[in-house]
Amino acid sequence: MCLGIPGEVVELLTDQPDLAQVEVSGVRRAINIALLEEEGVAPGDWILIHVGFALSKIDEAEARAAMEFLEQMGAAYDDEIDALKESGDG
Amino acid sequence: MRYVDEYRDAGKARALAARIAELCDPGRTYTFMEVCGGHTYTIYKHGIEDHLPDNVRLVHGPGCPVCVIPMGRVDDALHIAGQPDVIMTSFGDMMRVPGGSASFLDAKAAGADIRMVYSPLDALKIARRNPGRRVVFMAIGFETTTPSTAMTVLRAADEGLDNFSVFCNHVTIIPAIKAILDSPDLRLDGFIGPGHVSTVIGCRPYEFIAAEYGRPLVVAGFEPLDILQSIHLLLTQLAEDRVAVENQYGRVVPWDGNGKALHVLSQVMEVRPHFEWRGLGFISHSALRLREAYAAYDAERIFDLPGVRVADPKSCQCGEVLKGVLKPWQCKVFGTACTPETPIGTCMVSSEGACAAYYNFGRFDRAGVREAIRS
Repeated sequence: MCLGIPGEVVELLTDQPDLAQVEVSGVRRAINIALLEEEGVAPGDWILIHVGFALSKIDEAEARAAMEFLEQMGAAYDDEIDALKESGDG
Repeated sequence: MRYVDEYRDAGKARALAARIAELCDPGRTYTFMEVCGGHTYTIYKHGIEDHLPDNVRLVHGPGCPVCVIPMGRVDDALHIAGQPDVIMTSFGDMMRVPGGSASFLDAKAAGADIRMVYSPLDALKIARRNPGRRVVFMAIGFETTTPSTAMTVLRAADEGLDNFSVFCNHVTIIPAIKAILDSPDLRLDGFIGPGHVSTVIGCRPYEFIAAEYGRPLVVAGFEPLDILQSIHLLLTQLAEDRVAVENQYGRVVPWDGNGKALHVLSQVMEVRPHFEWRGLGFISHSALRLREAYAAYDAERIFDLPGVRVADPKSCQCGEVLKGVLKPWQCKVFGTACTPETPIGTCMVSSEGACAAYYNFGRFDRAGVREAIRS
């Protein structure tokens, strides 16, 4: 929960400006990007996601390292990543 | 994988370890606290302490969100869950946290409608779909999850949802660090600062640690090399007789944090006069509650809470572990009465808890041997 899950922004949703389609661990889902309003988010950007919200932009190398770190954490983070994948679009 | 190798290169790690050894004054000891449970995890997963000189000690801090929830708040949440028409929701990590008499899982098994959600937005969705029910989100966590709760309250207000509320248990990291610095039990020489919390609050809030307490703090990433580099930066400062806040994790953490997240947080929430932390007792100005303007979404105002303070079990020494006074394996019930399957204390519940990290990697044996040799 305190560790962000990395994802790649695939598409901005023009009808819902707070949301973007983000690919996380091979699955696409909508993530709230309103907290990155000041930085701006574009397709191809990598973000760190905490409980459904993007809190920071990162680069691809960091994203891959962060994902591997989470995968190593085992069951607890498998559960969190599964929960994220199943979680709706808000 | 080339990306990850960059942060785990064994040659770089050896070189750093050698530089760390050179910086250490053999005539003294260095005690550094890693505040964040994610760092504790890396330290035990990768055996970081094995690469450090014997006079450099790492102690674990209070930065595990479920570890610091006092039992009385779990009981309050279960009281809410027992009210008519209530659906209680929270993160998965919360489910096994022991209350005075039961955990969320126990209460769920006994028939309470308690649901695990990934995001507070999922709790909001449950509220939309169940207009005849009262949906409560038990909000926990440091500044990594607080802005999300605040955003969700704003959204509920925008939509005029009247069956959604938040039982707010958000805590803030700075007063906890201050409480540890003020504690007479422990003398620390510096801090490895939290990574993801700092993406929200930035590095400035730590400056008092250098200015008022004369201790260095380095905000660190989660890879083994990040931790080693951060220890190197701390030791360099001490060797040069200076103290400052430095950011080793600049690739993720902006110096000023996330302005929008901080703005939303202060719009919706305010600081409580005091709040109880499990094992640490009451800490002034260390937690957040909803502002009066959002009273309609505040479960503490909607429900009549017992608010009873429940003392931690006598056998449990989570408080000492959370302050870094005891290593997890020094607790009397560690690994015997208290295990991840049947936790007595919260530090054994979450994968970010120091006891669970020790237990899962079997580090306690080696640590015990090292400690025995030293003493």
